[in-house]
Amino acid sequence: MYAFTYHRPATARQAAGLLAKKEDAKILAGGHTLLPTMKQRLASPSALIDLGACADLKGIVRKGRNVVIGAMTTHAEVAESAIVQEAIPGLAWLASHIGDPHVRHRGTIGGSVANNDPAADYPAALLALDATIVTNTRKLGAEEFFTGLYETALEEGEIITRISFPIVSKASYAKFRNPASRYALVGVFVAKRGSDVRVAVTGAGESGVFRWPEAEAALKARFAPKSLDGLKATAKGINGDMHADPEYRAHLIGVMAKEAVARATGK
Amino acid sequence: MTTVSLTVNGKAVSANLDPRTLLVQFLRENLRLTGTHVGCDTSQCGACIVHIDGKAVKACTTLAVSLDGASVTTIEGLAANGTLHPMQEAFREHHGLQCGFCTPGMIMSAVDIVNRRGSVLDEKTIREDLDGNICRCTGYHNIVKAVAAGAQAMGASSAPARQAAE
Ligand SMILES: Cc1cc2nc3c(=O)[nH]c(=O)nc-3n(C[C@H](O)[C@H](O)[C@H](O)COP(=O)(O)OP(=O)(O)OC[C@H]3O[C@@H](n4cnc5c(N)ncnc54)[C@H](O)[C@@H]3O)c2cc1C
Repeated sequence: MYAFTYHRPATARQAAGLLAKKEDAKILAGGHTLLPTMKQRLASPSALIDLGACADLKGIVRKGRNVVIGAMTTHAEVAESAIVQEAIPGLAWLASHIGDPHVRHRGTIGGSVANNDPAADYPAALLALDATIVTNTRKLGAEEFFTGLYETALEEGEIITRISFPIVSKASYAKFRNPASRYALVGVFVAKRGSDVRVAVTGAGESGVFRWPEAEAALKARFAPKSLDGLKATAKGINGDMHADPEYRAHLIGVMAKEAVARATGK
Repeated sequence: MTTVSLTVNGKAVSANLDPRTLLVQFLRENLRLTGTHVGCDTSQCGACIVHIDGKAVKACTTLAVSLDGASVTTIEGLAANGTLHPMQEAFREHHGLQCGFCTPGMIMSAVDIVNRRGSVLDEKTIREDLDGNICRCTGYHNIVKAVAAGAQAMGASSAPARQAAE
């Protein structure tokens, strides 16, 4: 790691002030992406603004028809939250399958969403549930937030403060993990809200998380695993690497989508 | 340099550190607590697991300066008054190790599993929750047996799991 100065603000507001003042500063959340990247010298911020002491960025509340999760809430806290388990059990399940127990004790929802790793789990949930990303300056819909590989609509110095998930009638996630990295080789989140159905795919897209419109149409007609019979995702625009080629990943999208719907409908 | 004050194995410690210092470096090099190992150094293998405020965490992927006010327990903090912790005893009894390099991390992980899930653990749960701990000597067979037995012993012993971990 290259040297940096360390700052530990007590509120998101102080953090924003420090970010604006320090040149080349970066936010530190759980550090489970950023610190490995810095060790490899792929990132070399001159200052780290640690959000760990910002109590205003932690916690989970139910607000009307939404579950609102603070950016510094860990994966383990989301997985164990009685509020999330009751309102959106598929989201709790997703959080409980990120990495391993130790990663879940440190990694945060804000860090995962800001990082937008193409194989990360949360982006699929945010896109399928049509979540709102709240920053210190504005609110963004998931659709406009995730813009590409490791790319988001976040601007320099902008901090995610919380994420608001609408409570839907049915939601579930299925993940085919890469057994070595534990990230999603393919992950599919399905959500049904009234007559609207969304299917979001992570792990597979050349430019990150995306929706699968053909599956959404089929599931709108009838929300059942059978509706996806014979439906094939295209291998065009699908990622190929040493772990899986585009055809295999495309096939997995169909399998995972079906599994997610089966779980959402209790079948 | 950044000043940090925390508790390690029940003792208050303060240090003035280069902010780059990883928790595992701080434990091994500053405090000479060399039971916490560096295996992969890429947050995969779990040889460096310690407890921070009672939760298992990878010390190779945590900055020491971020732990102001925290309470850290390492493998050295488990045994009390010269008696092995029930989980340590179970690893000895069931030969849950070969070279021993991964063992401190395995044991800290195992105690964390009991803290989270209680003392009755089936094999599937143990195997799943040891996902972040890698042993490169042999199979996980005896390790899994040791964790199940250690969990039971923790449940039976008078010292509750939490207390032992902190
Ligand atoms: C062994 C291992 C296995 C893993 N497996 C999985 C997996 O299966 N699925 C998965 O999804 N992830 C996985 N991860 C990643 C893990 O979930 C990370 O914790 C997460 O991606 C980043 O969150 P963090 O809190 O650690 O963020 P950090 O590493 O601290 O930060 C990541 C980036 O986001 C920025 N950032 C952080 N917080 C904010 C904020 N509030 N506002 C704006 N910017 C911010 C930082 O500046 C940095 O650029 C794994 C990680 C490891 C080490």
